[in-house]
Amino acid sequence: MGYLRPATLSEVFPAVASGARVLAGGTDLYPGQGSRLVGPVVDLTSVAALRGISLSGGLRLGACTSWSEIAEAGLPPACAALQQAARQVGGRQIQNVGTIGGNLCNASPAADGVPPLLALDAEVELLSAAGARRLPLARFLLGPRKVDLRAGEILAAVLIPETALTGRSAFQKLGARAYLVISIAMAAVRLTVDGDRITRAAVAVGACGPVASRLPAVEAALLGPVAGAADRARQADYAALSPIDDVRATAAYRRRAARELVARAVESCA
Amino acid sequence: MIGFRLNGRAVQVAAPPGERLSEVLRERLGARGTKVGCDAGDCGACSVLLNGRSVCSCLVPAGQADGAEIVTVEGETPELTRLRAAFLRHGAAQCGICTPGMLIAGAELLARNPTPTEAEAMDALGGVLCRCTGYRKILAAVCDAAPAVAADAPPAGQAVGAALVRLDGAAKVAGDSFGADHAPEGALTVKAVRSPHPHAAFRFGDLAGFAARPGVAGVFTAADIPGRNAFSVIPPFADQPAIARSPARFRGECVALVAFEPGAEASLDGFPVDWAPLPPVLTPAEAESEGAHLLHPDRKANLLIEGRVQKGNAEAALAASAHVVEGSFTTSYVEHAYIEPEAGVAWIEGDTLVIRACTQAPGMDREDTALVLGLPAERVRIIPSAVGGGFGSKLDLSVQPLIGLVALRTGRPARMIYSRAESMASTTKRHPAEMTGRIGCDARGRITGIVFEGRFNTGAYSSWGPTVANRVPVHVSGPYLTPNITARARAVHTHGPVSGAFRGFGVPQGALWQETLYDRLAEKAGLDRLEFRILNALRDGQCSATGQILQAVGIGPCLEALRPRWRAALDWAAQGPGRGVGVASCWYGCGNTALPNPSTIRIGMTPGGEVVLHQGATDIGQGSNTVIAQIAADALGLPVAALRLLGGDTAITPDAGKTSASRQTFVSGRAAEKAGRALRHATLRLANAGQGARLDLAPGCITVTDGPVRRRIDLTALPVDARGYALSAEETYDPPTTGLDANGQGTPYAVYGYGAQLVELSVDRALGTVTLYHITAAHDLGRAINPQLVTGQIEGGIAQGIGLALMEEYLSGRTENLHDYLIPTAGDVPPIDSILLEIPDPEGPFGAKGLGEHVLIPTAPAILNAIRHATGAVLTRTPALPHRILAAMEGQE
Repeated sequence: MGYLRPATLSEVFPAVASGARVLAGGTDLYPGQGSRLVGPVVDLTSVAALRGISLSGGLRLGACTSWSEIAEAGLPPACAALQQAARQVGGRQIQNVGTIGGNLCNASPAADGVPPLLALDAEVELLSAAGARRLPLARFLLGPRKVDLRAGEILAAVLIPETALTGRSAFQKLGARAYLVISIAMAAVRLTVDGDRITRAAVAVGACGPVASRLPAVEAALLGPVAGAADRARQADYAALSPIDDVRATAAYRRRAARELVARAVESCA
Repeated sequence: MIGFRLNGRAVQVAAPPGERLSEVLRERLGARGTKVGCDAGDCGACSVLLNGRSVCSCLVPAGQADGAEIVTVEGETPELTRLRAAFLRHGAAQCGICTPGMLIAGAELLARNPTPTEAEAMDALGGVLCRCTGYRKILAAVCDAAPAVAADAPPAGQAVGAALVRLDGAAKVAGDSFGADHAPEGALTVKAVRSPHPHAAFRFGDLAGFAARPGVAGVFTAADIPGRNAFSVIPPFADQPAIARSPARFRGECVALVAFEPGAEASLDGFPVDWAPLPPVLTPAEAESEGAHLLHPDRKANLLIEGRVQKGNAEAALAASAHVVEGSFTTSYVEHAYIEPEAGVAWIEGDTLVIRACTQAPGMDREDTALVLGLPAERVRIIPSAVGGGFGSKLDLSVQPLIGLVALRTGRPARMIYSRAESMASTTKRHPAEMTGRIGCDARGRITGIVFEGRFNTGAYSSWGPTVANRVPVHVSGPYLTPNITARARAVHTHGPVSGAFRGFGVPQGALWQETLYDRLAEKAGLDRLEFRILNALRDGQCSATGQILQAVGIGPCLEALRPRWRAALDWAAQGPGRGVGVASCWYGCGNTALPNPSTIRIGMTPGGEVVLHQGATDIGQGSNTVIAQIAADALGLPVAALRLLGGDTAITPDAGKTSASRQTFVSGRAAEKAGRALRHATLRLANAGQGARLDLAPGCITVTDGPVRRRIDLTALPVDARGYALSAEETYDPPTTGLDANGQGTPYAVYGYGAQLVELSVDRALGTVTLYHITAAHDLGRAINPQLVTGQIEGGIAQGIGLALMEEYLSGRTENLHDYLIPTAGDVPPIDSILLEIPDPEGPFGAKGLGEHVLIPTAPAILNAIRHATGAVLTRTPALPHRILAAMEGQE
């Protein structure tokens, strides 16, 4: 088997089970290859069940939904961070083909899609011939380039529970240039405000550890009056982060930047 | 079979569905208007429309194109038609390599939004990298809101000074033919085996076995090289093998070639070579230390060369100075990052080896390739392709001797296209510099003296190291009157990438040291930073650091032209936290340093009445095809439109030297002026006409009108020369320079250009990020032969200066791609106002001076000076990445 582009899931599963690589937007598969992909590949982009956005109660994003489609969709304000991230993944050409499912399965510590989804309590739907599994995104992402995907399984959809589609959210990305940039750090914040008080807070930071993560200590600090929330974000406890030194920045800088990015995201959605 | 509609036409192609769409388009369908810059989605050059959306065709499997509507740069949609015209009028295409991707990205935008704002255009173009325009003209073309200045056809005698649409522009907006874009039938695919280590011994295993694999046409090593396996751009230093023998001296060095049959899978997997890594010498400090391994046994302490300039007594002058500042500055390896990786094809024609490749220096390619391959130079013909950016690195040989060797050995066409990683690992870089010294001034702020010492990491081989070592001491005073100077610059070998020529030959590094110290010195002297520079600016009749009496010195007027904006900018900065303003100057000698540097230009008139310009000044995007023609046309007295251009093919065009050192407008321009005038005189003589006579061409004849007298010269009646011309002229110009003595004294250049730039920015005090608001660039270029090409050069140079200042750092083995190695994108270059000053140099054609490198020099120091003004942060290292700026703000760096 070389390259397969089936229209149905029932054709996908045996191919995946036999070890074919899974292709969607191709943006992570092609770099480093020769003029073509070698070995068995199963292309998911013709499977209608894996595409599209539906909002009924919760939100379902098919794994093969592109960043452009997400950016252009009419979504509740709670998804603003996700849509802002969608406009900052790579450049326009990447956004037009790169998919949300690919972004998650590639599991880069700097994946721009992850913090907004964590802040939306996202779950992933994993399908195989044996059936379906549902996992919180935080448990699906195990480490750099490592996800909890069993043999024969594919990521089919990202699910946002209705309870998380409340409030407003914002995304902050930091890089050394304007476009096409791997994040030095990024933050997504979703706040539910009742009157002048923040009643629920979800905060996630990326590129500051092996995987992006929620920061419960920061979320706890944000609950309370809207006034002063950004300052509380600046003073909160970020000990859960474990950034590294690399070509883009130092670990110490990332810690400070994360604090500031969270505070700014709070400012823009409080 | 895969079927899709390509530009409205149904096509069927038998491609593997997992093949990159870019490969299908280019190699199976021959649609090579679409370019490939990285094969990783990092540059956007390969953008095409897939069902109306722009995508990187290098990342799209052919299978996904099945049934789709594909539009490429070859397409004719209303948006593409509109954009092509706008790109020409706005001068948005320079080298042209990013142009197809930009056109496609722009077309996607215009289809959904015909009147985009600049911000919307930036978002749309942010995924396509350009290395030479600075993006401003591309954004202007896509928005097309402001009128463009370009002129189409100036009448005879009025070409110089006209913002003429570039003569090769139509080809650029159609998808020009670059090094990778010519593929003769049956061409072998050549791949290089390269060292994965900075220093390693190696041994080959069963080469014959590998050569016998199906699809392999041949394996070649250093043992196959018939000539002298050592080249250099400066012949006395020839030290770099085309294919190395053990040991390899840098990561990326070529040690063997494999030629594959057309269509075969070109995989080097399992190539029989064993590597034994050896301890590398990675820094100049290690290289100069006692007992260090010598890369080249005859170069003691790994010293390639030291350049020096010594005038007066700098130490005594500093001791007697009212104010002295001392400082050090370090720069990184910087990659040229042109969007076109090196590529070309070689074939045999009779007994001649023909090489068509991207290059800045066809004449030098011919000489060095002939030496390596053991051929007389007459049996090597170099045909330059369009060049998708050079910036200095395409002066050195790359593919030429490699494909030449394969073609010679097999008798078959041989084609080679570097991958992005290969291009970045194996070709030259800007020299990393470690610079230190002191500058003093008297109580009134007049410079008294400079002591400077620079150490430049020249990497494994000589390349342009000698030029950098010589240029830096000559220029490190900046364009300021400096009565006493002791300046030394050493080029030191390491096992790092080979450092060579990169826009400015070390002068930008020196300016970072000098111009940042100038700000501190002005402050000590209690003077405004701009006025301090004006006070010290060199003036006509004054003496440079090398003892040369200067003429047509434009730095004072450039700095003075910045005064109004400077005052307004200081007011602006005072009104907001984190705002800063910086200024820096440049000067730059045009042409080789203290060495001969001739150009020859030929113009011929055919019996049919066609005027042919043999334009050998390689156009790498900077515009020599247009500028040289403008000069030649006015010197001859015919409209530019009457000229037919022939390129720098070494078989048909005399050598106009290399495109480097900002020399083409000046040196080749002067040769073109001489040739144009010589042909005019010859024509007038035939008609017994006076100097002011008018020439008019018609088929087979030329009419000479001198006042009331009109004479018709029948060209068909004149005897033709060996080249088929009825009339022709060939002229050479070599700038009058002298050598430099042991103290670096002499006249190293005949012409200098000058400039100064003013940067307005803000620094985010919490994140250390920089937002550029505006740059004002005042440049004295003697005469703006083509003002639109001039501003294109300024904007492009500034973009590279921004990269140098804020983001570019090449780390061998770590940033060999365009997502870890960052260059500015469409959103990183602020609005730029260019102020053109024309202080004519008597030596230049129509007074023109060089400009191409000058424009990059002031940008980075002006940015650092503005950052210091904004925050107090003293940065002593580039790039000023956000974490470094924040550390410097807190005094940690």
